[in-house]
Amino acid sequence: MSGPNDNFDPKQVAALDAAQIDSFVTDALAAIAAAPTTAELKQVRLNHAGDASPLALANREIGALPPQARKEAGRRVGQARGRLTQAIAARQAELAEAELSAALIAQRVDMTLPVDRGPRGALHPVTNLIDEMIDVFVAMGWQVADGPQLESEWHNFDALNLAPDHPARALQDTLWADPPSAGKLLRTQTSPVQIRAMLERGVPLYVISPGKVFRADEYDATHLPVFHQLEGLVVDKGISMADLRGTLDHLAKEMFGDVSTRMRPHYFPFTEPSAEVDLQCFVCHGESVGNPDRPCRTCRSEGWIEWGGCGVVNPRVLTACGVDPEVYSGFAFGMGVDRTVMFRTGAPDLRDFVEGDIRFSRSIIGGAR
Amino acid sequence: MKAPISWLRDNVALPPETNTAMLAEQLTKVGLTVEHIETTGSPVTGPLVVGRVLSIVSEPQKNGKTIRYCRVDVGKALNDTATGDHPASRGIVCGADNFVEGDLVVVALPGAVLPGGFAIAARKTYGHISDGMICAEDELGLGDDHSGIMVLAAGSAEPGDNAIDLLWSSDEVLDIEVTPDLSYCLSIRGLAREAAIANGVTFDDRYRAHLPEPVDGGHPVVLESERCQAFVALTIDGIDPTAASPSWMVERLRASGVRSISLPVDVTNYVMLESGQPLHAYDAAKLQGPIRVRLAQPGEKLRTLDGQDRALDVDDLLITDDSGPIGLAGVMGGETTEVSDDTTSIVLEAASFAAASVSRTFRRHSLPSEASKRFERGVDTQLGHVAATRAAKLLTEAGGGKVTAGTIVGAATAPRSVKLRSGLVSSVLGTRVDQEEIIRLLNAAAIPVTVLGDLLTVTAPSWRGDLVDPYDVVEEIGRHVGYDRIGLRLPVPADTHGLDPRIRDRRAVLRAVAAFGFTELLTLPFTSEDEIERLGIEGDDHRRQLVRLANPLAETQAYLRTTLLPGLFDAVARNVSRSLTDLALFEQGRVFFDGGPAVAPRPSVAHRPSPEELQAIEEALPEQPNTLAAVVTGNWRPAGWWGAAEAADWTHVVAFAECAAESVGVAMTRRNVERAPWHPGRCAELSVNGLVVGHAGELHPGVVGAFRLPEHACAVEINLDLLLAQSSRGGQIGSLSAFPLAKEDVALIVDDSVAAADVQAALAEGAGDLLESIALFDVYTGDQAGDGKKSLAFALRFRADRTLTDGEAAEARQRAVKVAVDRFGAVQRA
Repeated sequence: MSGPNDNFDPKQVAALDAAQIDSFVTDALAAIAAAPTTAELKQVRLNHAGDASPLALANREIGALPPQARKEAGRRVGQARGRLTQAIAARQAELAEAELSAALIAQRVDMTLPVDRGPRGALHPVTNLIDEMIDVFVAMGWQVADGPQLESEWHNFDALNLAPDHPARALQDTLWADPPSAGKLLRTQTSPVQIRAMLERGVPLYVISPGKVFRADEYDATHLPVFHQLEGLVVDKGISMADLRGTLDHLAKEMFGDVSTRMRPHYFPFTEPSAEVDLQCFVCHGESVGNPDRPCRTCRSEGWIEWGGCGVVNPRVLTACGVDPEVYSGFAFGMGVDRTVMFRTGAPDLRDFVEGDIRFSRSIIGGAR
Repeated sequence: MKAPISWLRDNVALPPETNTAMLAEQLTKVGLTVEHIETTGSPVTGPLVVGRVLSIVSEPQKNGKTIRYCRVDVGKALNDTATGDHPASRGIVCGADNFVEGDLVVVALPGAVLPGGFAIAARKTYGHISDGMICAEDELGLGDDHSGIMVLAAGSAEPGDNAIDLLWSSDEVLDIEVTPDLSYCLSIRGLAREAAIANGVTFDDRYRAHLPEPVDGGHPVVLESERCQAFVALTIDGIDPTAASPSWMVERLRASGVRSISLPVDVTNYVMLESGQPLHAYDAAKLQGPIRVRLAQPGEKLRTLDGQDRALDVDDLLITDDSGPIGLAGVMGGETTEVSDDTTSIVLEAASFAAASVSRTFRRHSLPSEASKRFERGVDTQLGHVAATRAAKLLTEAGGGKVTAGTIVGAATAPRSVKLRSGLVSSVLGTRVDQEEIIRLLNAAAIPVTVLGDLLTVTAPSWRGDLVDPYDVVEEIGRHVGYDRIGLRLPVPADTHGLDPRIRDRRAVLRAVAAFGFTELLTLPFTSEDEIERLGIEGDDHRRQLVRLANPLAETQAYLRTTLLPGLFDAVARNVSRSLTDLALFEQGRVFFDGGPAVAPRPSVAHRPSPEELQAIEEALPEQPNTLAAVVTGNWRPAGWWGAAEAADWTHVVAFAECAAESVGVAMTRRNVERAPWHPGRCAELSVNGLVVGHAGELHPGVVGAFRLPEHACAVEINLDLLLAQSSRGGQIGSLSAFPLAKEDVALIVDDSVAAADVQAALAEGAGDLLESIALFDVYTGDQAGDGKKSLAFALRFRADRTLTDGEAAEARQRAVKVAVDRFGAVQRA
């Protein structure tokens, strides 16, 4: 243990004088309070609490004090430094917050500026509608089938109970591959896909076939020579027209909300009995009928919209596909997809569907760009 | 089929409370869809009144014409007041001279509008105020007669009477869509029967209730073809064919959409519309020898009533006499035996011809007619005699003469019967219809049925050729039961599948490229040889294997497309013409490659075709793959507040292809190739798993010019079926290393001709398993690379299931470089 240090120089320890330290602290606190920015506060910290600051220098002198004085001086300096550190931290927080606030204000941008994510694409409304209808049926466990568009006469007509001189062949003016005697044509309906499905997949069968069909038809606002159909076919034991009505009604409700359907007797060679299906107007729900004050553009105030054809599969069609009509029965239905897009969206002109103006497909997202 | 209500009610006693709208609804409900209800009546609006000519002053004019200034009494309410010069009347100038003072005429007063939008106003002419018009028949739309003013019978009306009510009766006309199976409803008679059933009243069939007296001694008729089942020929002597048709008949014909021509034509049309039996009138004096019904012989010709000379086909069924063909059976008569004004004797034909034969003949000669429409769908084979008799009665009533003889050959088809279990009705319709109700409904439709336990034997009436199969009977019952009685049931398949993978993948591709920025179009799938030429597609390129259409919509688009690009180019041009120039378009659809002339067989439909038959059909059909194509023009990114525009270029169509491939989980590789219609130096061949699926790049400047595309337009076309066949289902996922990444960059100088992708592949191969990723980050050509050389800089990233040492990464880098050096003579850049 060393003896007491008697050799201290009272002059040199004046820095540890209480008054002196208080004055250091007072100066420093004034400087801290006056620092206008965090950058300047940093300089203030160096000046008043850094290695070369008066307090730091004073601290070094503690060792020169007589032991009995060291404790007192140490405490005094320590408290002084503590006060400064605290003051600096407080001021730092205060300034930083002010500076952040200012920065956030300065950094404001107009968030309504257009953003650029490259060109905006869109699917064709026909594609979207087919997808929507596919989802309704797939959710019920049906399959989706596809088939050739340049089809055989056998699949398109013969197997569907349209004999060679059948008047219905005339109703569907056919585009034939040259020469017609080769029995190849652009399918006039998606029904040949149903024939293929029965032949390839067998029964029981629950299938839809969406796709392009072709007719030697006019090209005007309400006719296209190439358009789209979606057909459905069920072949199973004990299938009746009630199943057909239920299925069409379900489809209508899934697509258009709380609407009903009705069937009117009609004629198709491939179904017997046959019917046309009407959709209750999903806009006016029939309230425009006989109500000239509230005309409905969608159903032309008729209350119903012609939607498609349907019926019980003609047993002759089942026979041609090797399905025993004594055991199985079925129903089929079909509707025009383009027409459905038309009455659903109000699109006025079918030519817009195929002329490629980008505004048509993009309409659904609100314009061209 | 247009059915005037008055005519319908004339054939069936409908309850008075059944109004036209109700009747239309009833018919629609049983499958006779009423598309419109028209109201016939006056084509004139405004004041049209009866006038009495009080005075006529003829005034010759300088131009040689003589006009007549008339004072006409048009009734107290409408007359001008009397003056010293004239009594109460109106002054009208008229050019015609076929009327005299005191005649009753029809006057259109100012404010009237005549057919053709001809508005009447008071006007000054030839020195008078002409305050209206005295009308001729044709001016009122009543006929073609412009020979003079229409003069009404004396005493038939009073001045001031409303002439509209006098001249036109108003009727309502149902415009009905008659489906091919309900051919008997192409007649007032058939529709009246349906109306009777719907209203629960009895139908007294005018064409069945009173069978005519038998006839004989008529013009000889010989049936030489089975395609004519029956032929009735009534001879009418002493008729005046120029006699006027009764006005009620003319009016009903007009309401039905048929123009009045002459008495014989009007009567045959009238009876056809009423009964459904087409009829034809021959001038008896012009017939040479017996009528023979036979097939045409090679080389025979016929001038039909429309004045056309027609070369006949040996499949055409003809009416002939000793002179040769005199008519196309069931389609159109010939000119040589046409009834004329000099005709005094008529032979009236009412025959039954085979539907298929008439159908083929009228199509072959493009001669659709009201007669052929009915024969094609089937005409009641028992109808001929009674229809001919009714026509003869109408003819002689109006034109004089009488039926002197008749010939009936052939016989009506024997009635067909259909057997079915009564339970079938309920099980097909899905609603309970008991036997009692079935019998009641069939009886109401005059369809005889006999019952043996559960077994029904239904006899099809002669007008119901459509009742062949048990299901036809079910439909007949169903449409009278009403489909709204059927309940709703949702059938559920026992075996479910979810969305078919191929369709799910196609959907993924379309959604991905649309999300990437491309807009989908659907264009018409036709093309021309010229378009293929303009694409610069030459030689034995399979895109020249065009399928030709036999009956194209337009000769300029007579083929099926083998590429989607011309359709997209068309759409580009259309958009550009509408000032939409920044385009990223795509289409997905089938293209067609001609596979040769193989005939697709048409096996029997009595049973399932054999596998060989089905295979033969498939082999005859051309290959028609689903194809995906896109075009970009203008700016990919427009100039905006964010900076300058980014022009669309080849990278965007390549990105389109990669986007499509990645959406089904496969990577695409590329190499430079030359292929039309692309720029020879800017075309990439696209492959997946080593299989070429398509091409992408900038279009050849010549093609850009030929299709008037914006400069530097770029395009891509992919065989979607090939791409989707490579779709990976899910792929594989390994453990993800959390150890540090080791980065090594390398720059290699290679010949300009060396593909960057090949160098990258070489580096990846050499780097081995430690390589996590490799990316080209710089391409430099210039002095430091050397002439004909380029410098490629790659970032190699290594990682393993441990921390790699600096040495390991450097070693892997060296191995990578060595492969590139060995393979391409690459030099490592310092």
